[in-house]
Amino acid sequence: MNTHVIELIVNGDLREVAVRPNLTLLQLLRDHLRLTGTKHGCGTGDCGACTVLLDGRPVNSCLTLAVEARNRTITTIEGISTSGTTLHPVQQAFVEKGAVQCGYCTPGMIMSSVHLLRTNPDPTESEIRHAIGGNICRCTGYTKIIEAIETAARAKKGSGQ
Amino acid sequence: MSSDDVMKGDSSSMNTVVHQSTTHDSAARHATGEAVYVDDIREPVGLLHVCFGASSCAHGRIRQMDLSRVKAFPGVVAVITAQDLPGLNDISPMHTMDEEILCSGEIHFHGQALFAVAADCRDTARRAVQLAEIDVEELPAILDVEEAIRQKSWVAEPHEMKRGNPARAIEQSAYRLQGELQLGGQDHFYLEGQVSMALPQEGGDMLVYSSSQHPSELQHLVAQALGRADHAVTVEVRRMGGAFGGKETQAAQWAVIAALLADRTGRPAKIRLDRDTDMISTGKRHPFRIRYEVGFDEQGRIEGIDLNLAALCGMSADLSAPITDRAMFHSDNAYYLPHVRIRSYRCRTNTVSNTAFRGFGGPQGMMGIERVIDGIAAQLGKDPLAVRRANLYGGEGRNITPYHMKVEDNVLPELMADLAESSAYTHRRKEIAAFNLQSTVIKRGISLTPVKFGISFTTSFLNQAGALVHVYKDGSIHLNHGGTEMGQGLFIKVAQVVADAFGVGLEQIKITATHTGQVPNTSATAASSGSDMNGMAALNAVNKIKKRLVRFTTKKYGVEEEDVQFTQGQVWMGEQSMTFPELIMEAYLERVSLSATGYYRTPKIWYDRETARGRPFLYFAYGAAVTEVEIDTLTGENRIRRVDILHDVGRSLNPAIDRGQIEGGFVQGAGWLTTEELWWDQSGALRTHAPSTYKIPLSGDVPEEFNVAIWEPGVNREPTIHRSKAVGEPPLMLAISVHSAINQAIASLAPGQALPALDAPATPERILMCIQSSGKP
Ligand code: FES
Ligand code: FES
Repeated sequence: MNTHVIELIVNGDLREVAVRPNLTLLQLLRDHLRLTGTKHGCGTGDCGACTVLLDGRPVNSCLTLAVEARNRTITTIEGISTSGTTLHPVQQAFVEKGAVQCGYCTPGMIMSSVHLLRTNPDPTESEIRHAIGGNICRCTGYTKIIEAIETAARAKKGSGQ
Repeated sequence: MSSDDVMKGDSSSMNTVVHQSTTHDSAARHATGEAVYVDDIREPVGLLHVCFGASSCAHGRIRQMDLSRVKAFPGVVAVITAQDLPGLNDISPMHTMDEEILCSGEIHFHGQALFAVAADCRDTARRAVQLAEIDVEELPAILDVEEAIRQKSWVAEPHEMKRGNPARAIEQSAYRLQGELQLGGQDHFYLEGQVSMALPQEGGDMLVYSSSQHPSELQHLVAQALGRADHAVTVEVRRMGGAFGGKETQAAQWAVIAALLADRTGRPAKIRLDRDTDMISTGKRHPFRIRYEVGFDEQGRIEGIDLNLAALCGMSADLSAPITDRAMFHSDNAYYLPHVRIRSYRCRTNTVSNTAFRGFGGPQGMMGIERVIDGIAAQLGKDPLAVRRANLYGGEGRNITPYHMKVEDNVLPELMADLAESSAYTHRRKEIAAFNLQSTVIKRGISLTPVKFGISFTTSFLNQAGALVHVYKDGSIHLNHGGTEMGQGLFIKVAQVVADAFGVGLEQIKITATHTGQVPNTSATAASSGSDMNGMAALNAVNKIKKRLVRFTTKKYGVEEEDVQFTQGQVWMGEQSMTFPELIMEAYLERVSLSATGYYRTPKIWYDRETARGRPFLYFAYGAAVTEVEIDTLTGENRIRRVDILHDVGRSLNPAIDRGQIEGGFVQGAGWLTTEELWWDQSGALRTHAPSTYKIPLSGDVPEEFNVAIWEPGVNREPTIHRSKAVGEPPLMLAISVHSAINQAIASLAPGQALPALDAPATPERILMCIQSSGKP
């Protein structure tokens, strides 16, 4: 199969990659760029484990073709903390609130939450439930995840971010 | 604190690492995406990707399998069938020899692996699989319990437990009731699917990374299939992305296939199942058909009961015998059954082989008796809670289980009273009755159900565990044990135990991957036993090292043994102290061994299966839940309005982790009993094999009000690690209250009549059917 060379910005870095037309964005991230924080859960757009931000909006990377990301900006779980050493407030809240058990849903869940708080800094509980409605967690029962997102919202408000 | 103190549950120690809500050791790495799962391990050069070809009928005989086009497909490196196995073609975990790795001739279920392909890339392997030409002679298939019973098709012989004379007791009772309940299965839907990577080593050895709850068994099965000794195979498991029992035996086949292809090609090989393949080709929770006949008095007290449990086990025995045994062990749940007979039928069907799933048969057993209690209450017009209380295990004369074990640690009378009060059960039940009188379409129901869950593997020899602890010269500590981490927080709990015993901070402890070369012959991390057993084994190792350190200190500094204390990073010798690393360096220089293995075997337990008598459990874990639901009687839609849980975890090793298990277990149980429906078509093919059609609870399904509390007075009467109790499985069964509450809501449509016969899962469709058959619109 012939390949296309595409350029895209991943976590702030310009990348140039040769991709097959049927390669998914998830495969590009995991297999070609070795950004394995983004997980493969179902491959059919139903679990949210593969959620990344494409031009700032959450997408299921398993359903997005790599070529669709040409000249666009991707943010993955590896790219949300600005400093590289400290955790993003949402990551911090997930850790503190015990919103993580096996951790496999966590990166996708955090990406959905980060997007929520960027677009709606003060969400209600039902808005939070809605925002993570496409992210399956089989371990936690969601309660701690919802609490973590509420905590992160409060922390961001407090810090004026 | 000495080990004796630990057993006594004495927490007078100054160390404060146990009983604390420390976060999961990997939480930050999970949140940053750094945590490495098998599929994230950097792929070695030359890695092959493996896919397998599956059967497309439920029962048949392979006439011919032409794989020439598969082999010829560009990029395919190797293709194997049953004929290519160097060793034994079997992965049955209990040596029943009824589960092939690759089918050798007779197909037993739709989705069975027939051959496997290794190729340079995943895509190639998948495409190549499609090119197989397989000619199959279809045979009549057994697809349900009724047909299996008719044909006496068993994976294990029927089994019976009996005490007293139930037939006579039922006959002589003032009241009688009989009925039937159908329970569906459940897919584990661990978010990380089955995955293994095998790397050939020198001299024919094999290293396997797998997402498995049972590395030791995987090691053995890989060795057996390769025709080598166990010592030729090493299995490592750092973490799983969820398991829930679904990676106890079900991980083996894929690891073995990867290893076979790695061995054949001399190249590393990885297999990762697609989600649909995973759902079609791996086992699930057992569906059950339960029939009951019960006699009781005017208080609703059971006098005699006859229970008939038929389980759909699928095509092979797998763990079905102990699972269906555990269903029998929990057919009493929390209630004294004076005269009782429990019969169990283990049906062999042409469906995927059902397996361990959180609760291991216990949930199905409990559903039966809770239905009986609700039925009794409806017949007598009583509050079901009053009937539950009247039947609880009690003191002398009312404390013997159907398998002759004495219930000595029952806390349910107090715990249920506390919960009824804190949840305002009685008051809300009245409110709901009033609401239902004036609301025509929407109906509500409330139910309080208890859980009593036996802790220990019922196969007694499995109740052993090992650990390995090294202290390095700088005072840092390497911790290894046989338990596996699947998100339940086992690793942090055991690390807390070790840090506490050495009197050091958690940061001194390096948690390491489960590894068959470090601790051998381990049992699966299952039966909720992980921290009970591995915590004790690790403590045993620590105590050996501490003993040597104390001996050395007393000799060198002339102090008494009891003056040596390990606390807050210091080692105290009376008034004087030095840091832990200082002592370690001194001990090293004086040639003191700083490494030890630890071992634990659960005391007191025994069971004679022939006579169905014994003490299979060291203790019981208890809990109770009150759930309030609302149903729409026109659409069958339902919603959980409020849940209150009170759960006994003894003296919790880590309250935050335990709460997480309680919440997650409850929601998973609610999924089993409401939304998660497995549906097979008439040819025996699973049609709900993706999350789009198989409905796992989502964030919107979680109760709006969810009050979860650990029962404060809880303490384990048995000498477990720091007097804690196991917590992995028991909370799942708290969700029985959801199903019971839905049934109460349906019952409100026809007051004074027999209890509706709601089956599980209580999907909107089933709720509607139940409403229709209960006589009222
Ligand atoms: S892996 Fe993409 S949605 Fe599940
Ligand atoms: S923590 Fe395991 S799936 Fe969410």
